[in-house]
Amino acid sequence: MSRPTTDDLPGAARAWLDQALAEAAARPNSQGPISVWELRLAEAGRRCGPAHAEAARIRILAAARPDATALARVYFQGTAEERLAVLRALPDLVPGPDALPLVEDALRTNDTRLLAAAVGPYAARHLDRHGWRHAVLKCLFTGVPVDAVADLAERARGDGELARMLRDYAAERTAAGRAVPEDLHRVLHHADQEV
Amino acid sequence: MRIFDPHIHMTSRTTDDYEAMRAAGVRAVVEPAFWLGQPRTAPATFRDYFDSLLGWEPFRAAQYGIAHHCTIALNPKEANDPRCLPVLDELPRWLVKDRVVAVGEIGYDAMTPAEDKALAAQLQLAADHGLPALVHTPHRDKLAGLRRTLDAVRESALGTERVLLDHLNETTVEEAKDSGCWLGFSVYPDTKMDEARMVALLKAYGPERVLVNSAADWGRSDPLKTRKVGDLMLAEGFSEDDVDRVLWRNPVEFYGMSGRLVLDVAATAPTHEGNSVLRGGE
Repeated sequence: MSRPTTDDLPGAARAWLDQALAEAAARPNSQGPISVWELRLAEAGRRCGPAHAEAARIRILAAARPDATALARVYFQGTAEERLAVLRALPDLVPGPDALPLVEDALRTNDTRLLAAAVGPYAARHLDRHGWRHAVLKCLFTGVPVDAVADLAERARGDGELARMLRDYAAERTAAGRAVPEDLHRVLHHADQEV
Repeated sequence: MRIFDPHIHMTSRTTDDYEAMRAAGVRAVVEPAFWLGQPRTAPATFRDYFDSLLGWEPFRAAQYGIAHHCTIALNPKEANDPRCLPVLDELPRWLVKDRVVAVGEIGYDAMTPAEDKALAAQLQLAADHGLPALVHTPHRDKLAGLRRTLDAVRESALGTERVLLDHLNETTVEEAKDSGCWLGFSVYPDTKMDEARMVALLKAYGPERVLVNSAADWGRSDPLKTRKVGDLMLAEGFSEDDVDRVLWRNPVEFYGMSGRLVLDVAATAPTHEGNSVLRGGE
């Protein structure tokens, strides 16, 4: 999956983003009730336009280097678009499992954009086996392409419990007279591989 | 016919409504923050409500090709409850967000001193955040309520050209129009306005600065009232251009003052083919 960039940002929006990045790098966690970089994160959509908003937000997060508390704050007080950017930025921002509650929150939603972002490289690295299996199953349920699941082949390989869950789901679909999603067979193929 | 419903509480509506609205021509909606039919008791429940107006609800709307924006405020009814009042201090965090296109609904319910304070504070917040304001006029004692509302607006930092007065009717339209504010009319099955009275008012006062909404919510209401007004306008001799002005261009111009309207749903729709409102497995 190609990542969105800010390379082709128009002039005024580029100037705004450069300023926002400088502010974020300079004073990450200060200034009044709401830090400046948090305001910039919130308004990035209208400043940079929908096509560039996510990439701009990811760059602001990278510049601000928020600690776990600040990151959780901007996630839980963010719009769906802001949460999406936080989830995408996680692998580069948080080395350990501290941000797992954010991923788990996103996995509880039914917003397919958040689900797709939640099963990225950070989840592949830190989500426990039970949580990861349910995340994969939820992708199949909600129509999120499993291409969004990072390290799918590696994590699924030889996972007998995942294979059982997939076969049960396929049986349930068949019993209801419904098609089994093509993606299910793909994941099952990985799960049936020898370790 | 392209339709922008400038006031509808989609949180209370079903996916059937979204489907019917799309089929009727609705391409954009604004959902004002308001009362939920049952009093809330803590700021935390407002936070969750605001989050759903900026998360789940626009996602749901996008599934049906409808652009969803919202207005954020402490509504007048709950401004009277000291347990809810602290929400006022938290509003700035939401008022900076993308997709928030006005402060609202604010205004009067029972015209109490607490409502005076909340209205003045929130008109100021609108001015501070470069947002217009959606101000509803009270259900009871409406004309007196309109006059007190206009006093509050004139004392505020917000110009009347950045204020939309809603729930207007025959008794309040003239003074509202003279004030320079935008004019909102809610068309309901029983109360407020109906289609025929709405079209009569359009004939008498013209389509300038007029917005028509369904204000559909959890009560008896109809999310297709905007379309029904458009149809009756055409039947009564208004041009397609008049209809487009009232049902699309006027709301776009009013909420566009926020600089935050994104009407191209394709640009904001999920990257992936989302069917999660179907609960999966369908």
